[in-house]
Amino acid sequence: MELYRAHVLVCAGAGCISSGCQAVKSALEESIDRLGLKREVKVVETGCMGPCDLGPVIVVYPEGVFYRQLKPADAVEIAEEHLLKGRVVERLLYKAPEDGKTAVTSDQIDFFKKQTRIALRNTGIINPESVEEYIARDGYRALGKVLTSMTPEEVIECIKKSGLRGRGGAGFPTGLKWEFSAKAPGKPKYVVCNADEGDPGAFMDRSILEGDPHSVLEAMAICGYAIGANQGYVYVRAEYPLAVQRLSLAIEKAREYGLLGENIFGTGFSFDVEIRVGAGAFVCGEETALLASIEGRRGEPRPRPPFPAQEGLWGKPTVINNVETWANIPPIILKGPEWFASIGTEKSKGTKVFALAGKVNNTGLVEVPMGTTLREIIFDIGGGIPGGKQFKAAQTGGPSGGCIPARYLDVPVDYESLTQLGAIMGSGGLIIMDEDTCMVDLARFFLEFVQDESCGKCSPCRIGTKRMLEIVERITRGEGRDGDIELLEELGQGIKSSALCGLGQTAPNPVLSTIRHFREEYEAHIYHKKCPAGVCRALMVYAIDEEKCNGCGRCALVCPAKAISGEKKKPHRIDLEKCLRCGTCMEKCKFGAIYTI
Amino acid sequence: MSLVTLTIDGRQVQVPPGTTILAAARQAGVKIPTLCYLEELNVIGACRLCLVQVEGARALVAACVTQVGEGMVVHTNSPAVRQARRLNLELLMSNHPQECLTCVRNTSCELQQLAAELGVGEIRLQGEMSPYEVDDSSPSIIRDPRKCVLCRRCVAVCEKVQGVSAIAVQERGFDTVVAPAFLAPLGEVNCVNCGQCSLVCPTAAIHERDETDKVWAALADPEKHVVVQTAPAVRVSIGEMFGLEPGSIVTGKLVAALRRLGFDKVFDTDFTADLTIMEEGSELIHRLQNGGRLPLITSCSPGWIKFIEHFYPNLLPNLSTCKSPQQMFGTLAKTYYAQKEGIDPVRIFVVSIMPCTAKKYEAGRPEMTSSGYRDVDVVLTTRELGRMLKQAGIDFESLPEEDYDAPLGISTGAGVIFGATGGVMEAALRTAYELVTGATLLSLDFEEVRGLEGVKEASVNLAGTELKVAVAHGLGNARKVLDAVVNKEREYHFIEIMCCPGGCIGGGGQPVPVDNEIRAKRIAAIYQVDRQMPLRKSHENPAVQALYREFLGEPLSHKSHELLHTHYTPRERF
Repeated sequence: MELYRAHVLVCAGAGCISSGCQAVKSALEESIDRLGLKREVKVVETGCMGPCDLGPVIVVYPEGVFYRQLKPADAVEIAEEHLLKGRVVERLLYKAPEDGKTAVTSDQIDFFKKQTRIALRNTGIINPESVEEYIARDGYRALGKVLTSMTPEEVIECIKKSGLRGRGGAGFPTGLKWEFSAKAPGKPKYVVCNADEGDPGAFMDRSILEGDPHSVLEAMAICGYAIGANQGYVYVRAEYPLAVQRLSLAIEKAREYGLLGENIFGTGFSFDVEIRVGAGAFVCGEETALLASIEGRRGEPRPRPPFPAQEGLWGKPTVINNVETWANIPPIILKGPEWFASIGTEKSKGTKVFALAGKVNNTGLVEVPMGTTLREIIFDIGGGIPGGKQFKAAQTGGPSGGCIPARYLDVPVDYESLTQLGAIMGSGGLIIMDEDTCMVDLARFFLEFVQDESCGKCSPCRIGTKRMLEIVERITRGEGRDGDIELLEELGQGIKSSALCGLGQTAPNPVLSTIRHFREEYEAHIYHKKCPAGVCRALMVYAIDEEKCNGCGRCALVCPAKAISGEKKKPHRIDLEKCLRCGTCMEKCKFGAIYTI
Repeated sequence: MSLVTLTIDGRQVQVPPGTTILAAARQAGVKIPTLCYLEELNVIGACRLCLVQVEGARALVAACVTQVGEGMVVHTNSPAVRQARRLNLELLMSNHPQECLTCVRNTSCELQQLAAELGVGEIRLQGEMSPYEVDDSSPSIIRDPRKCVLCRRCVAVCEKVQGVSAIAVQERGFDTVVAPAFLAPLGEVNCVNCGQCSLVCPTAAIHERDETDKVWAALADPEKHVVVQTAPAVRVSIGEMFGLEPGSIVTGKLVAALRRLGFDKVFDTDFTADLTIMEEGSELIHRLQNGGRLPLITSCSPGWIKFIEHFYPNLLPNLSTCKSPQQMFGTLAKTYYAQKEGIDPVRIFVVSIMPCTAKKYEAGRPEMTSSGYRDVDVVLTTRELGRMLKQAGIDFESLPEEDYDAPLGISTGAGVIFGATGGVMEAALRTAYELVTGATLLSLDFEEVRGLEGVKEASVNLAGTELKVAVAHGLGNARKVLDAVVNKEREYHFIEIMCCPGGCIGGGGQPVPVDNEIRAKRIAAIYQVDRQMPLRKSHENPAVQALYREFLGEPLSHKSHELLHTHYTPRERF
């Protein structure tokens, strides 16, 4: 094995790829070559490191120096200064937005400091295309331990004791699910990985598959041993080509090394994994729809029970867990269930990965112990709200989740507390809204998504979400009527209690939770024809400040409705009858004379 | 097996494990509304109208798909249940045209019925409607997706009973629609026009093409000599359109009703059913004796014909070349009958009353013009005729019993059993036996080929040779038989295949609803008619004998081939 004096980890998560990490990496490699450092410095492409808004990011070891927002020219400088001469490039280091304090290594940055990484333990640290690097970080040791020293019952008991619950949304106890499958009659049994991550903004599953694919394969094999299955499937959406590619490579390597396939470790246990690529329907993340899709049928949920643990793929007992759940399995086996259960809250053990997005300084992936408060996640790790604005609400659980207002910032986040607040854990999407967000418009946005993604099988979801959307759209257009709020509540509760699957049953959440916590905004739209956040265009009333207007006539010129008139060099006025509320006049006025009421 | 005890609306109920809440409730006399549910065929829990409250459950559950559990406490009539059902129905109605008064299913629509029962007072939720337009590309079936409630019963029948899958669920969300793949027009795909979808459709989203106007026009035209033929199955089903019990035999009233409508002659397809036996029976004997292609397969059922053309084109040489009785009738009406009565065939207008939507397609096939004219001008289904009689103000029940006109109205019991599965086989065996052996049959009832069993087999000793026969009804069952033949798992000499479950009495043009109980009653009626006929063997039909004597010569004669036989067209699978 060759030894290097320095390693440069280049984050190649999808975020960094889109911000240009490949060019940075090439520049780095060229410079290293040019400087004759090729035998001394090794460049490693890793999975996602997490802080996506800082990308492209790299870490230089052994010091662990963290550079962010790099351009190719910066990479040249890092090679010449840091790698050749040993001088840290100050200007490329991270500076905290609050106090401007420079951090040299990542563990000095709040974003990383406050995280506990179990599921993400390897992403951003190892080369996901190298099985050796995974093995070097205890990879496949858990599988070895299970196959050589534990009975299937002991494995299930271990997972049950850990308190691990499904990370895909509903939070069903993982060990219990395995036990049901193990005890269910019917053969063969199957193990399925749900990698059909569909919540807009959530990308933890993709990051794990891209950054640490072997952890999922190892966990699936462990489950296969525990329940008596020899075949696994990973259902991953086609929109994740890099994940598919790295996972395929990982499967190939694992087979080559005898970690998958026949007679693993010579123990007589055989297990193999195949990939099934999904076309990207949101509903295929619902487990029964996913299984239907693997079987080649239309991806639609079916009523449960029977649950997949009893009758799953091709009617056979099937354990289906999501990517993040799988990624937690090997550490639980190695470090013991007590260790895992010591993290988190009474009913929600371990950690949860959140995809932090929206109006927050640090966006990206963060993994924190269950029970961490929203305040810690948003303000300590996320660095607060940009531009000195006020935090207004957080949307958890993706489009069919719910929003949580500021007064609940100190509630410890776990499955139960979120449900109590009318939201859900979901797969861990966390979208932050500031004071400029209109909650009615927000509800409309998410409802539009779930309505669009409804499979169309059951009537409440198919038609009900459409009717709800029509009402909410009407309200944002200023055509809200007395009784609309109550009708939305009735529809929402009706759909929740009668839809066929989890998607339908949670689809009204965005509306119900915004009505619950921000009813006054709905009332303002309906009764006063006002959008307090100034978002809903149709509700804006434009006016001209006579003091500021000097009668240049520019607004009248650009107005598409010819709603502005006035004599030259005298204050103009807007005819509200004609005004389309397009806002062009306000944009074009150089004197700030046009305002909204 | 120990029973499960549960409580439904405060009363204890005991049912076997595995029973659904819906079935348990029915047993307890509690009615739970359903829409998408179709016993054994479509159990998908999609419409959410059968919701009930189960204590301890997170949400309401669909009674049709949820199995009972020991100690389960079910409420079928709580405020939450009533409200949810009503809301879901209101949602369905908000996407359904309010055209009840002009709708073909007015008074026989399940959605309408449910609205009345669940008491939806007002549709508060107005909004966008389903974006699809009426598809009238098929000669038999009209698809009106605007009226579709997406219960998928049609899809289930097309796939699971018929094995055709011409229609399936397309698109998703609010745009979901039941249609042929890629939203192709129904008339351009492998739909066999059987109309089973129209029988299970709870609304008018799938219905027969209505051609009553053409018949009204012909009846009003003094230049036209309008003759009508009635298929065997219609006489045991049309009474249901007027509130009579399923299985009521109304042959005489049917004839009287048609006369009241103004038809110049009322004839019977049973006549040409007898003729078919003469031709097809002779064909069978000919093939048996001359090493012809076997097994011979019947060709009366036009849905079946299109099915084999699409899915088993290699077996087309096995089909009998006989036209169906409907088409033989049309040809003879415009040749033999025209000649005999001295009527210019141009003036003759042939109407068929069929239990079948595929007959409309059959009548329009390009080869069906051997009389020199369109052999059959208009095909009406039982349902269309029922509507005509209502429009004419005919009080069906109080009509007298009248007889068919001669000569094309004279038939035997062998002709009438064409209406039930196994009937063609039985009629053929009655004649073939006597023609081959020269002996008289002691018992005319071939019980092995009767009944609702999907595939029936029998063996008949025909002057020393064991004749192996099979009977299948429903195209899914047809597939089983054909696959067994193709894979050489079974050897037969003669196979009867009827497209629809139960045979023509369960045809896609019959009154709704249809279930196995109703099918069995109609079948029983068919055999009762047979038993009551003075003649029960086709070769004994005097009108058929006269036809050969006066016009055709003998079975399989040159003229027979010209007028009564046809050919088939291999088609693409999709």
